[in-house]
Amino acid sequence: MITEDDVRHVAMLARLHLTADETSRMAGELAKILRHIDKMSELDISDVPPTAHVLDLTNVLRADKAQPSLPRHEALKNAPAVTDDCFRVPRMS
Amino acid sequence: MPGGGVDPLRLTAREAKRMLVEGEVSAAELMKVYLDQIERVEDKVKAFILVTADNAARYATEIDREAGASRGALAGMPTAIKDNMVTEGVVTTCASKILADYQPVYTATAVRKLWGDHVVTLGKTNLDEFAMGSSTENSGFFTTHNPWDLATVPGGSSGGSAAAVAAGEALWGVGSDTGGSIRQPASLCGIVGMKPTYGAVSRYGLVAFASSLDQIGPLTRSVYDCALLLSRIVGRDPHDSTSVRLPTEIELPKATTLDGLRFGVPREYLATGVQPGVRERFDETLMLIERLGGAVEEMSLPHTEYALPAYYIIAPAEASANLARFDGVRYGYRSAHADDLIEMYERTRGEGFGPEVKRRIMIGTYALSSGYYEAYYGQAQKVRTLVRRDFAEAFSTYDLIVSPTSPTVAFRIGERAADPLSMYMSDICTIPVNLAGLPAVSIPCGLADGLPVGFQLIGPAFSENRVLNAAHALEQAIGFTALPTFKDTTGKGEEA
Repeated sequence: MITEDDVRHVAMLARLHLTADETSRMAGELAKILRHIDKMSELDISDVPPTAHVLDLTNVLRADKAQPSLPRHEALKNAPAVTDDCFRVPRMS
Repeated sequence: MPGGGVDPLRLTAREAKRMLVEGEVSAAELMKVYLDQIERVEDKVKAFILVTADNAARYATEIDREAGASRGALAGMPTAIKDNMVTEGVVTTCASKILADYQPVYTATAVRKLWGDHVVTLGKTNLDEFAMGSSTENSGFFTTHNPWDLATVPGGSSGGSAAAVAAGEALWGVGSDTGGSIRQPASLCGIVGMKPTYGAVSRYGLVAFASSLDQIGPLTRSVYDCALLLSRIVGRDPHDSTSVRLPTEIELPKATTLDGLRFGVPREYLATGVQPGVRERFDETLMLIERLGGAVEEMSLPHTEYALPAYYIIAPAEASANLARFDGVRYGYRSAHADDLIEMYERTRGEGFGPEVKRRIMIGTYALSSGYYEAYYGQAQKVRTLVRRDFAEAFSTYDLIVSPTSPTVAFRIGERAADPLSMYMSDICTIPVNLAGLPAVSIPCGLADGLPVGFQLIGPAFSENRVLNAAHALEQAIGFTALPTFKDTTGKGEEA
């Protein structure tokens, strides 16, 4: 069961503003989707190892050698607001 | 006549390459064929978010001036690129309002390789926003229409690239596949689409959706073309630590028989509301396999019914983390309605993302949140192990596993939009393949109710050559030659 309070809590964690309308719709939709997902709990698989990744790769490293990075003006090119070669954001309250 | 009477609905890349090399057509003439076709049908199909016509024409003319030796391996081939691969100097949107004006400062490795081969980019194709969907109806801009019936969806999320190729608006294209996003639209549009083994193609510059599942792959008019395109984009890339060097190079397929190959048909894939017409074409194709010398047997992938629930935890969980970067600080849309930083994040994301992306961020965040992690994400990762084991077990007996690519032909625009879960269900035959990281191709195997049906071949990891050779032999035997009609049954209800 997903309540609208649950939706508001998760939306806060996700830094996602939802309208009142979206919040109530989301509660119903998430409940329905999670009911389907709960099918997984039928399986007793406590001793099955998890798969995070399908490739047998561990610790892919590159040589520790400095390389040129993105020039600052390129990195700032798409920024909505820039001040003194920095990203500008609204104040923290 | 420019292009020497080339029909863009039929021309394969293999033939185009021959014509270009032998001088039967110039790159500029070939480009004009496609730009003319875009002019003719794009207002009906709406495959492209951006058509770079001027650049394409100019670049094709430049290629014609290049001497033979300095021309790339794919010089002058008109190519469509899904708009979730970043392209320096060309706006990349992911079909999202949050990236509507984004000007990438680098280029995806797969695209860079194709550019290095001198393909000509026709433009950037439509998709479900951030590749989340199976119909392109989740695009933040507009829905693409299936050229076989404009009232139906092209599939998704690579529906723009698939529709562009099917409609003769591109010689071939590239897409990405996280749960079926290349194979399902290829199936619904009557073309070939392949998801390579996870790691075969670099994901650098592919805007991340679910990083442990995403792969870039070809959408083409033939299996040969699919192998040709794939052979040019694979390989280890220092910019993607999960990319690997293939144990064997991609070969251009030439098999004509299936002698000695054992094909498994998972009964669970056929137990999920497969339309009768799809089932008929599928069964006919199985008979063709036997006629070509292959052995067909029904078998079981017992954890299939748990694959979909596991996918709908793992993919949203990874997406919720990947999409955290869209916060209005460094690039993309920023809400003007915020007084402080947190409110700016929340408003930017609330205004910039569409409903399906929000839904997945919410599912993913919920599944990863304190108290639920083990029950959802932990359990899903264990189910993923079981799905992989099913395939490993099956491949000890069978060389390839085959199924319909999609249980249904193209559905009508709007038909499933109101019910996210029914939309998720349409990927039941493709999703397990991503969870296991396997290569799989979809080829057209006929029509049902006038719409294309796709046949999927799945192989073990890094068996691309086996998959492509078998698909090639089968494709020749099927002899699919039907062409889209651009009819529009909107308002006419179900087409008989």
